[in-house]
Amino acid sequence: MLLHLRRALLAMLVLTVILGLAYPLAETGLAQWWFPAQASGSIGRDGSSLVGQHWQGREWFHGRPDPDDPGATGGSQLGPTSKVLEQEVRAALRAEHALGVEHPPANLVTSSGSGVDPDISPAAALAQVDQVARARHLSRARLRRLVRAVEQGPELGFLGEPVINVLALNQALQKLADRSR
Amino acid sequence: MGFGITVLVLALVLALLWRPLGAYMARIYGGEMRWLAWLERPVYRAIGVDPSSEQSWKRYAGATVVFSAVSVVFVYLIERLQGVLPLNPQHLPAVPPLLALNTAISFMTNTNWQNYAGEATMSYLTQMAALAVQQFLSAAVGIQVALVLVRGFSRRESPTVGNFWVDLVRGSIYLLLPISAVMTLVFVSQGAVQTLAGPAHVHDALNGVSQTIPLGPVASMSVIKQLGTNGGGFFNANSADPFENPTGLTNLLEIVLLLCIPFSLTYTFGRMVGSLRQGLALLATMVVLFGAVLGMSLAAEVGPNPAVRAAGVTSQSGGNEVGKETRFGPAASDLFDIASTSTSTGSVDAANDSFTPIGGAGLLVGMMLGEVSPGGVGSGLYTMLLFAVVAVFVGGLMVGRTPEYLGKKIQAREVKLASLGVLMMPVTVLTLAALAVALPAGRSAVLNLGPHGFSEILYAFVSQANNNGSAFAGLSANTAFYNLTGALAMTLGRLGIMLPVLALGGALAAKPKVAETAGTMRTDRPVFVGLLLGTVVLVGGLTFLPALALGPIAESLVGPGRLFG
Repeated sequence: MLLHLRRALLAMLVLTVILGLAYPLAETGLAQWWFPAQASGSIGRDGSSLVGQHWQGREWFHGRPDPDDPGATGGSQLGPTSKVLEQEVRAALRAEHALGVEHPPANLVTSSGSGVDPDISPAAALAQVDQVARARHLSRARLRRLVRAVEQGPELGFLGEPVINVLALNQALQKLADRSR
Repeated sequence: MGFGITVLVLALVLALLWRPLGAYMARIYGGEMRWLAWLERPVYRAIGVDPSSEQSWKRYAGATVVFSAVSVVFVYLIERLQGVLPLNPQHLPAVPPLLALNTAISFMTNTNWQNYAGEATMSYLTQMAALAVQQFLSAAVGIQVALVLVRGFSRRESPTVGNFWVDLVRGSIYLLLPISAVMTLVFVSQGAVQTLAGPAHVHDALNGVSQTIPLGPVASMSVIKQLGTNGGGFFNANSADPFENPTGLTNLLEIVLLLCIPFSLTYTFGRMVGSLRQGLALLATMVVLFGAVLGMSLAAEVGPNPAVRAAGVTSQSGGNEVGKETRFGPAASDLFDIASTSTSTGSVDAANDSFTPIGGAGLLVGMMLGEVSPGGVGSGLYTMLLFAVVAVFVGGLMVGRTPEYLGKKIQAREVKLASLGVLMMPVTVLTLAALAVALPAGRSAVLNLGPHGFSEILYAFVSQANNNGSAFAGLSANTAFYNLTGALAMTLGRLGIMLPVLALGGALAAKPKVAETAGTMRTDRPVFVGLLLGTVVLVGGLTFLPALALGPIAESLVGPGRLFG
């Protein structure tokens, strides 16, 4: 028993040094050396491309109705027969209608699993083209081309879904608007 | 289309890994691996173990219990002291005592049930040196306990079953560490975070939004949490968080990581008992169960969410998108979460609580069957072997012969130990869930009302007693009641099964091998796969069908537009 205890304590110490310090620290060193941008959060001038942001007004493409708080991630956890979920989706629908988006795809009026989903479906971006075109006095065809240009995935043609990164789309939109001014 | 290819590629990769990974594990635990001896030998010297020495099952079990207790104390102390320890850039205070205890037990037992949000509770040091270390060690302990049982079948008249310390070091250093070391960098290349710098402060001039973005040594933990079927995420959102699981490729790799060891252990088993067909029989049973549960859940999850339809969204062509990430979509998210609940992983790339009634029932059923499809690292194999012992016993009763399995006579002691191991989980779940439903402290924690509220409570105990760790996370479980009952469920679900397994391994190892005769029931044939499937489904079904009827089944039967709240 005492022998077990002594060995258990020593094993915990030694294995913690190997698995809990040497391993993550060596990985951090290599990751920062080989993939510095990704390892530090894929952060550019306007924030991280992997963290959703709240976009307001008709001049921008909007993301999903997430809290977008990277300090408190996670989904709403509302169940499939929850009245609260129904009311939240109704409110999101009303907000989209008020912006002039008549038939938003489901992912535009439902919240995600992470609470910081940086993406929307291509259909959700295309549904907002009319609204942005009116507000920005840009042609719909140009905006549709813009959406197609920032579309990513699925990786290798089959992994996951095609997505529009909302930050990338709005950055491209701003560039387009600056050029046409 | 894309999803179909994903499933095919997953099956192909796992099939290709089955033999080499299984053989590699057999060689590791047979002491044939030397390439990391420079790291392995100093560890034996430090803990004072002769790598050629062996233990009886009782000493092995004693070491398991003592090491588990020391693990809990270690994690608890680091959590409580993190405020004064280094690598705490967010200056997070000590974790409160009951939460720290629940979390320490949770990670020691390979459960990784999390009553906290990682990014706002745990320092980098706690995540790295306390929680992630347990993700290695609890996985290693699970695998080696399965190996003891396999040695029970493969050895004859042996007083010993292996050496706990040697198995622990070999599993950690030769199996878990090298795979994690490589995969971490693959994950980082895709966008997973790996840094010691504190949170990033960003400002977007376009929309005027400012954010403080928590970072940390994430990728190194994300990989071992999958490979060791642990499931405890760095962030609260777990594998839904883009920093843990950034792309469709990492999503597939995470599924591969969590399934590869449990499936390949059936090869290890077949090789060690001298018949690959015996391993294939267990593998076939696991695959059939996995396919059935996945099919049931998937069919519901690619359909509409009732509450979203009631709100007036006319088209949900993609399926139930509530709580799902856009880049994965409902089908791949369902595949991930079913794989996670059919092993003892419990990581999620979507919000399980927001699954459709039958989609969520699939998650529950994967765990309720005892996590044998394919189950956690080690725990899947040893639980399946317990069912196999029960199955040959039932088969023996039917034909009136003393049952045998793999040349070992299955007698009263073996059947009692196997039954104890099989019944520990259901008894724990039903008792504690009934207690929670009976007490205000249990009922008041639910978020969703109606049948779904009951499902949240049931799920919590099914998950913890199976050492899974996923949740219908609407349940506010960071309370004294749930921290303590959860800790009890997790401990019983771990040691309450491991100890009978080790005793069974010891009893079998001591027995001679009996020669196969014309009357021996073959256990490497489809008939036995059917018998084993029947045993697993009957035990799980008889125990849990009434509870499922009150939760997800009732929820799926309420009329269209009937909502609760």
